[in-house]
Amino acid sequence: MNILYLLIGISILLALISLAAFFWASKSGQNDDTYTPAIRMLFDDEFPDPREEIKSDEDHT
Amino acid sequence: MIKEKNIAQETQCYHCGDDLPNTPYLLDNRSFCCLGCKGVYQLLSNHNLGNYYAYNDVPGQTQKNNSSHFEYLDEAAIAANLVDYTDEKVSVITLYIPAIHCSSCIWLLEHLHQINPAVMQSRIDFLKKQVVITFKNQELSLRKLIEILASIGYEPLISLQDVVKKQQSDHSEGHLIRKIAVAGFCFGNVMLLSFPDYFGLSALEQEFKTFFGWLNLAFAIPVVFYSGRDYFTSAWTNLKNGILNLDFPLALGITVMFIRSVVEIIGNTGAGFVDTLCGLVFFLLIGKWMQQHTYHHLSFERDYRSYFPVAVTLIENEKERPLPLNELKVGNRILIRSNEIIPADAILLKGEAEMDYSFVTGESIPVQKVLGEVVYAGGRQLKGAIELEVVKPVSQSYLTQLWNNEAFFGDKTMIRTFADRASKYFSIVLLSIAIGAAAYWMLHGDSTKAVASFTAVLIIACPCALALSSPFTLSAVLSIFDKNKFYLKNTAVVEELARINTFVFDKTGTITNPENTGFTFEGDITEEEKQWVNDLARNSGHPLSRELVKWLNRPSKYTAVKYMEKVGRGITGSINGNELKLGSASFLGLKMKSPQQGAVVHIIINNRYLGFFCSKQQWRSGFKDLIFKLGKDADLHLLSGDQDQDKQTLIPFFPRAQQMHFAQSPQNKLDYIRNLQYSGRKVLMFGDGLNDAGALKQSDLGIAVTDNINNFSPGCDAILDGASFQKIPMFIKQAKDAVKVIHISFAISLTYNAIGLYFAVQGMLSPLIAAVLMPVSTITIILFTSIAVRLYAKKNQLL
Repeated sequence: MNILYLLIGISILLALISLAAFFWASKSGQNDDTYTPAIRMLFDDEFPDPREEIKSDEDHT
Repeated sequence: MIKEKNIAQETQCYHCGDDLPNTPYLLDNRSFCCLGCKGVYQLLSNHNLGNYYAYNDVPGQTQKNNSSHFEYLDEAAIAANLVDYTDEKVSVITLYIPAIHCSSCIWLLEHLHQINPAVMQSRIDFLKKQVVITFKNQELSLRKLIEILASIGYEPLISLQDVVKKQQSDHSEGHLIRKIAVAGFCFGNVMLLSFPDYFGLSALEQEFKTFFGWLNLAFAIPVVFYSGRDYFTSAWTNLKNGILNLDFPLALGITVMFIRSVVEIIGNTGAGFVDTLCGLVFFLLIGKWMQQHTYHHLSFERDYRSYFPVAVTLIENEKERPLPLNELKVGNRILIRSNEIIPADAILLKGEAEMDYSFVTGESIPVQKVLGEVVYAGGRQLKGAIELEVVKPVSQSYLTQLWNNEAFFGDKTMIRTFADRASKYFSIVLLSIAIGAAAYWMLHGDSTKAVASFTAVLIIACPCALALSSPFTLSAVLSIFDKNKFYLKNTAVVEELARINTFVFDKTGTITNPENTGFTFEGDITEEEKQWVNDLARNSGHPLSRELVKWLNRPSKYTAVKYMEKVGRGITGSINGNELKLGSASFLGLKMKSPQQGAVVHIIINNRYLGFFCSKQQWRSGFKDLIFKLGKDADLHLLSGDQDQDKQTLIPFFPRAQQMHFAQSPQNKLDYIRNLQYSGRKVLMFGDGLNDAGALKQSDLGIAVTDNINNFSPGCDAILDGASFQKIPMFIKQAKDAVKVIHISFAISLTYNAIGLYFAVQGMLSPLIAAVLMPVSTITIILFTSIAVRLYAKKNQLL
């Protein structure tokens, strides 16, 4: 039955990791705006204009 | 479908959807109502942003009245106050843009880098109507950025309030959510660890009992000291001020539960009440979170500062330069352009002043000022540019003084909710039962039972369900009101609404519909002559002329020649060979026997007097019905800043003529409300402009009525969309029903408390009973309140 000590320890550790993940998400502002991203994902993909350089990757700073 | 769309496009502006004039502006086979709309389209298509029109039909805003100046943004001091972050390379700014309304707006504003590559990133928060822009400040100045936004029709609203006080961030909300997360996490784990004990452990598993107990205790510590901390501080501060609110028995219950659990687990005498404790804190915090419902797109705390501009144009040594408003001093010479607001009381030095004071006084007709006259702050200049000399500092001007009125500081008492009043008695009764039970067992010489019963009473009677009944009921009501376009500042306003017995109405803009002015014509006029009037009045920018043209509603046919306008008095001109004169009686040299009601435009064609157009205000739809319903069991009053020209038409609505007051200054309104309150009345004020702001604040409940909730509205307790004006009696009924629901749910939770107390006073409360009773009572309350409120809302036709 001693294995229970280990299992309970692991289960609590996993739960703590998810709690920490929630804290991180909340701190980094992911829950601040829950409406706009739902619209944003419906926009069509952009076809890069030949006159301009592609700079969509900079959006993730 | 495609055909229908084409027809719509032929009569509507491709950009903003307004009706097209006779000769629309054309580009790429699209028609536009004005040069502004065409300009925006051209700019967007040049930058390959045509998709803007693909996501929504007519996504734009009309560009007809666009004349803003942003020179002041070049002032380093002002710019520094506006940006969130800046270094040598990049700046970040958050802007509030009222025009954001559809997905096209999001798409366009997040592709600003296609218009100017110096914009690195722009993110929209749609509900808050905010955009966060990161840009390279070496290549693009703040002023340039704002001008780009304005040029595509998304002019941000930059007001003095932004500079004075940066918008409060929602840190508190984030904190609360994290506290709930911790409490929920611990609650779940503790429940799992407590189950084995409740179901009974075999002899083999006894060794786990202490292990689980210690783990439970470890989980209880963050719940008590992190999640539940606010209850201790709140109970303590209230106690110091001599107030017994619901936080006191809650804090007491949490403390007793924690101490007893620690003693039992360390002494190995029992399992403790850790899972009840965690569940209690978890549910309480959820109730608190429900109560913190906020409207991100609305502001209830606006004052004159959000109405005033950030800077004015100062004239110094024959040169113009922008000056931050807080540096404006007496004696400064300022330039006010058309459509700008006078920021401080000043003397008119140059130009023709025609002031629209509708926001300050409620009087809708513009006021003329001659050279040398004092112009009060808050007016909006309608004609061309004028020059003024400031005679009073901004903070001491007529309008701003209304806010600095001492009446607003501390005088307004906090709304006393039912829960606040009930909790006082609840706490006293609870303490006496606990002490009584302890004393009883002491007398019988059983000190263990005395301690057990004393703590058990405090644990089981911990008013969790009681504390939740108000938040859940009221937040359900709030969301129902929200669907009906009635936005309350907080949940306590619902209870206040149920207590109101006196209604005070402002007239202009509140009970009249600002967008619906009608005219009647007294005299004889032919259709052809109406056409001439229309074609002449079309040339004038005066509000009355514009209203008249809008009302006549016909295309122009002739061009006016020899057109002349005497500002604010009348216009003359020749249409199709006929001499026309329109304007006031004195302008036309007429002698009228009695002054007419309302605003009047007299008509003379070819030296023959035809009669006059008389503007009459239209009541909001359902006004008559509303007055009838409200008047049945409440007192109705009317306070208007206007002259009493509408008195006769209002008498059927307000039968007691002494309760109608005209030509009231903002201060008069405030005093009137205060007098009503002194005679013991609960006053609700409906208002719309800055002139009502004092009265709105003074009244027990101030409601701002507005036709566009994103427009400016004065500080108030609730904002009502004009479209829902006739629903007011239903809202009040619903508020009263909500209070009823709270009373019933109090009774229900007291019943649960009584059951628990039956076990507790006998000193035989087991953790299992507590662990069952607490969640069951809580869930009963949540279900009962949300269902009952919705049933009542159906009955009141609000759902």
